[in-house]
Amino acid sequence: MSAVIGTVLRNEWRTLRHNRVVLVFGAAMFLITEVVLRLTGSGPRALISLLNLVLLVVPLVTLTFGVISWHASREFNELLLAQPVRRRDLFGALYLGLVTPLAAVFALGLVLPLLLHQAISPEMTPLLLATLGSGLALTFVAGGLALLIGVLVDDRLRGVAIALALWLLLTVAYDAVVLLVATTLSDYPLERPMLGLTFLNPVDLGRTLIVMQSDHAALMGYTGAVMHRFLGSLQGSLLALTGLSAWILLPAWAGRRAFERRDF
Amino acid sequence: MTELSIAHRAPLVDISALTKSYGRRQVLKGIDLTIARHAVTAIIGPNGAGKTTLNKALLGLVHPDGGSILFDGEDTRGAIAHRARIGYMPQAARFPENFSARDVLTLLADLRGGERVRDESLVEALALAAFLDQPIRVLSGGQRQRLNAAAAFLFSPDLLLLDEPTAGLDPVASGVLKDKIRSVRDAGRAIVITSHVLSELQELADTIVFLHEGRVRWSGPLDALLRTTHAASLERAIAQLMLDEAAHADVATRTSAGVIA
Repeated sequence: MSAVIGTVLRNEWRTLRHNRVVLVFGAAMFLITEVVLRLTGSGPRALISLLNLVLLVVPLVTLTFGVISWHASREFNELLLAQPVRRRDLFGALYLGLVTPLAAVFALGLVLPLLLHQAISPEMTPLLLATLGSGLALTFVAGGLALLIGVLVDDRLRGVAIALALWLLLTVAYDAVVLLVATTLSDYPLERPMLGLTFLNPVDLGRTLIVMQSDHAALMGYTGAVMHRFLGSLQGSLLALTGLSAWILLPAWAGRRAFERRDF
Repeated sequence: MTELSIAHRAPLVDISALTKSYGRRQVLKGIDLTIARHAVTAIIGPNGAGKTTLNKALLGLVHPDGGSILFDGEDTRGAIAHRARIGYMPQAARFPENFSARDVLTLLADLRGGERVRDESLVEALALAAFLDQPIRVLSGGQRQRLNAAAAFLFSPDLLLLDEPTAGLDPVASGVLKDKIRSVRDAGRAIVITSHVLSELQELADTIVFLHEGRVRWSGPLDALLRTTHAASLERAIAQLMLDEAAHADVATRTSAGVIA
């Protein structure tokens, strides 16, 4: 890690650790996990109940917070760019400075209540790792997308609107389209095309990763059930992880490229 | 003449045929300009003349479409090292609200690597010590601007780019800053100021650059401008240049209409 990335990242952490949104997000994760754990009484059930929270709230918070905080610090970033700093280094530091605090409070909010209740058993470890891995991966994916939107869209309100539209597309509209295709073309063998569709949506990939570790495949969406049936647990998980890795890399790469080329 | 004195006389920045467009709008239309050491250069022009874009091109914030910028003889395209020799004071810097003034100065020092001699005279003269450890969010606009000024001068830069430097400063702080500008000029540095306060520029500037519609329309010493325009003040001289530009544009429009007719 270059000295520039280290310096800016340290300062991003200093800024975000006092940020109310980050603190509230962490506290909310903790409280919800705590409440769900008390209501369900067991770790695995709590994690499955938290599935939609992880899949919906993590991308929503990261996307909107990422775009808003990008615009809030834009003038200061211009001052940083006027220093002897490579743009790629600054972008890397801003990206890590956005996603790592959010990822940290998410992980703490999820794991701390389980540790406090001594609810982690060897049987549920794969499910916990999958839930944690999905949430962390989605934080990194949404963080990259947020910065990409921030770099490309100058107007803050337009940027937030695009972030919300993207979130709706990934979490709600996509499922509706998949279901529509599945029901309309139910006479055709759709399993393989459906598997392909899963890779177009990081939220679906995150869901698949969790589904692979549970017995609730049928409840977790059409593509998750298909992947579970066709690929089996290990292969499916590896494929989902590969897909999520690509989703982490692509928006961050595109964002960095746009950042290097844009005028401030 | 020794090599040292030749290098001393050479301009610090040499801009040639610089062009920049945003979409269809061409903002810089072939700027040729040199920025001398030992001098305060004022860049003046109406809104949309290209002053901000020119400043940002010097800083590497804007990628020019064509032309070149040489900093001390080195092409700045794709380079970052020369920025360690530039101090930049934006019109209104927005620092992170939870940082203290000390945090800001430390961050900038860390990014610059500590190779340059630190000049803390402005930190003292602008009395930053009184609020150095307070969070930015509790500082007044004037205090933030004092921090902004101190940060620009802190690393003994060879070139200072000052955008409306006295805006928001009280008369005492404004006077301190002007004295500092004169002293670094006398020490051999180059200073570029963009400001709408022409009386202030007349007080400080050695060289005037008048930009209009992306082109340098006048460039030279202040007294030469006053002589050429027969004006008593910089304000009158700039007004005369703008009237000349308007008359020129009017003639061009009429000629063009006549040709078309």
